[in-house]
Amino acid sequence: MNKIVSKQRFSENVTKLVVEAPLIAKARRAGHFVIVRCGEKGERIPLTIADSDPAAGTITLVIQSVGDSTRKICALEPGEYLTDVVGPLGQATRIEKYGTVLCCGGGVGVAPLLPIIRAMKEAGNRVVSVLAGRTKDLIILEDEVRASSDDVIIMTDDGSYGNKGLVTVGVEEVIKREKVDKVVTIGPAIMMKFVSLLTKKYEVPTEASLNAIMVDGTGMCGACRVTVGGKTRFVCVEGPEFDAHEIDFDELLMRLKM
Amino acid sequence: MENYNESRNEAWREELRKSKTAKERNNIERVEMPQLDPAYRITCNEEVNQGINEEQAVLEATRCLDCPNPQCVTGCPVGINIPKFIKNIERGEFAQAAATLKETSSLPAVCGRVCPQEKQCESKCIRLKMKQPAVAIGYLERFAADWQRNNTEQEIPPMKPANGIKVAVIGSGPSGLSFAGDMAKQGFDVTVFEALHEIGGVLKYGIPEFRLPNSIVDYEIEGLRKMGVKFEKDVLVGKTITYDDLHEQGFKGVFVGSGAGFPRFMDIPGENLIGVMSSNEYLTRINLMSAGRGGDTPVMKGDTIAVIGGGNTAMDSTRTALRMGAKRVILVYRRSEEEMPARREEVGHAKEEGVEFMTLHNPIEYIGDEKGHIKAMRIQRMELGEPDASGRRSPVPVEGAIEEIPVDIVIVAVGVSPNQLVPRSIEGLDVSRRNTIVVNEETMQSNIGDLYAGGDIVRGGATVILAMGDGRRAAQNMAKQLLGE
Repeated sequence: MNKIVSKQRFSENVTKLVVEAPLIAKARRAGHFVIVRCGEKGERIPLTIADSDPAAGTITLVIQSVGDSTRKICALEPGEYLTDVVGPLGQATRIEKYGTVLCCGGGVGVAPLLPIIRAMKEAGNRVVSVLAGRTKDLIILEDEVRASSDDVIIMTDDGSYGNKGLVTVGVEEVIKREKVDKVVTIGPAIMMKFVSLLTKKYEVPTEASLNAIMVDGTGMCGACRVTVGGKTRFVCVEGPEFDAHEIDFDELLMRLKM
Repeated sequence: MENYNESRNEAWREELRKSKTAKERNNIERVEMPQLDPAYRITCNEEVNQGINEEQAVLEATRCLDCPNPQCVTGCPVGINIPKFIKNIERGEFAQAAATLKETSSLPAVCGRVCPQEKQCESKCIRLKMKQPAVAIGYLERFAADWQRNNTEQEIPPMKPANGIKVAVIGSGPSGLSFAGDMAKQGFDVTVFEALHEIGGVLKYGIPEFRLPNSIVDYEIEGLRKMGVKFEKDVLVGKTITYDDLHEQGFKGVFVGSGAGFPRFMDIPGENLIGVMSSNEYLTRINLMSAGRGGDTPVMKGDTIAVIGGGNTAMDSTRTALRMGAKRVILVYRRSEEEMPARREEVGHAKEEGVEFMTLHNPIEYIGDEKGHIKAMRIQRMELGEPDASGRRSPVPVEGAIEEIPVDIVIVAVGVSPNQLVPRSIEGLDVSRRNTIVVNEETMQSNIGDLYAGGDIVRGGATVILAMGDGRRAAQNMAKQLLGE
């Protein structure tokens, strides 16, 4: 049982929860995720860790309600409990000094991107962040991202905030104006697919963090399998990050419709 | 090993032996396990084998000749004193029969249900040499354990005084539970770490309710709790806490029984289509997550379901599919029925329930519709060639004999590989090329002195009872080491 310490609603469907999980708070690195369960009959839901406070023993989760299980989790109030939280799971992001790192996040994907932005900055990289959302309300964690980025570009589909256009417009702008050594992208699979196609064109190494369907999250079920470089890989234990240029995004998009 | 003769020489045993002649014992027919009717049982999740009653148990126990040199015990990986428990049943001392089981087995009600007795204890029974069916040791084991559970308060076995030495167990499956029970009996302070939200490992996520009810597993776990064993759920050693953390917390010995997590696939075209899944996924959704039975977790349903493989997991998958409402369930296995690794009983149950067997067939491709959902499988007919490394005749494709069968779901049950998560997280641990932990087969000790391992993480895919035997051996040896004996 893990207590909800605080809660913030970013938008109608996006909620931030700070949850007691002392061991995970201490062990987690950028890129890790957890599996949570709400209720004795609850589904196991993978969620990336947006932040942690080892001293307070808490982790921060940002959840987009897309179905019954995520709605249930988002409905929890401070003082209430998640039935289970297990992690940190997956492989941590490879953080090193690349030079200039472009971090590109779409929608709720900005939440798991934030610890990577911070770690990349701490490792001595120049960090340019591109945040994208359908509309102004869906741009989250902007201040936190700005605090650890050298430059931030905001893209909205409807032009209600920042520049109007898709995320790829912002990414291309950066790649054209300066030498980018590494791209990290987290967001909807369709967004990552187009970011990947773009950076492949410019031959910039790119990591994409995948959000696949999982049951146990420890390598047991194989529901999260994805084809990378022609080989089947398990997102839960080998990912969630893979070389974006090798990912079969079309298969991934198909499997997410399950 | 136990001295089986000591108990055999007790007065009551001698008297009991003399009470009937060998001929009288030989004339008794082997008991048949009462079962639920196939037409009814596929409509629910109730346990198929109903268990034998007291009268049947006493009669079956009478069939045992109480040999002077019992071979059955050599077939038991945990060394149960089989004649002693059986003769206790014969004389009506059911509680003592159960206590005998508990001397060496932490999970008798589980073993009585899922052990392949026909390949172990029963395969050594003297009655077989007399061209008669073996004594139904498995049924009797289940009877004694069930009788005890249903008729008496749960008792804790005799335990040595607490020695204050902390030991950790990674994984709460059969090997871990068996190890935990034996160490607790010896006075150790045992904590079991489990990654999932339920204790029991494969007994919970893998083996279906109709073969092993969860309540039985929970009862055994409750027994371990009463013995002082602590359980920590949602802890993944290697991730949540490290092996070094365990040392810092004062654990002097670690047993790894983290199991064989990774499902194998066949690497054929179309395997990542929607509707193709591992048996681990299918069974975990239904058994652990209660999908389709009130749980929030979904599971795909379909009219025609094919299961690939010939082991117990394949049988469990076919029979689960029927219970989830499939109209046609096809088992596809590349060898013949004779080579199937599944227990005969499970094969029989699956057939009775209407599973179609397509032996000597192998899928070579899955075909999807425009939405990426599987709609058909292409199946290659096989024939048996020369024996391969496993001693079984290896299947070879019959040229041109390929057919296409429409299916809604395919469940791949072709085996599992060891879960690398725990071994990979421990620096310097000797791991084989197959990702199993390398141990001394006698002691179950790894190349790291305080780390022992057993079950599928060592064997790569075996049975509940072999895993339990490993846990038991590891406990004996770790206890000796830690107590400086």
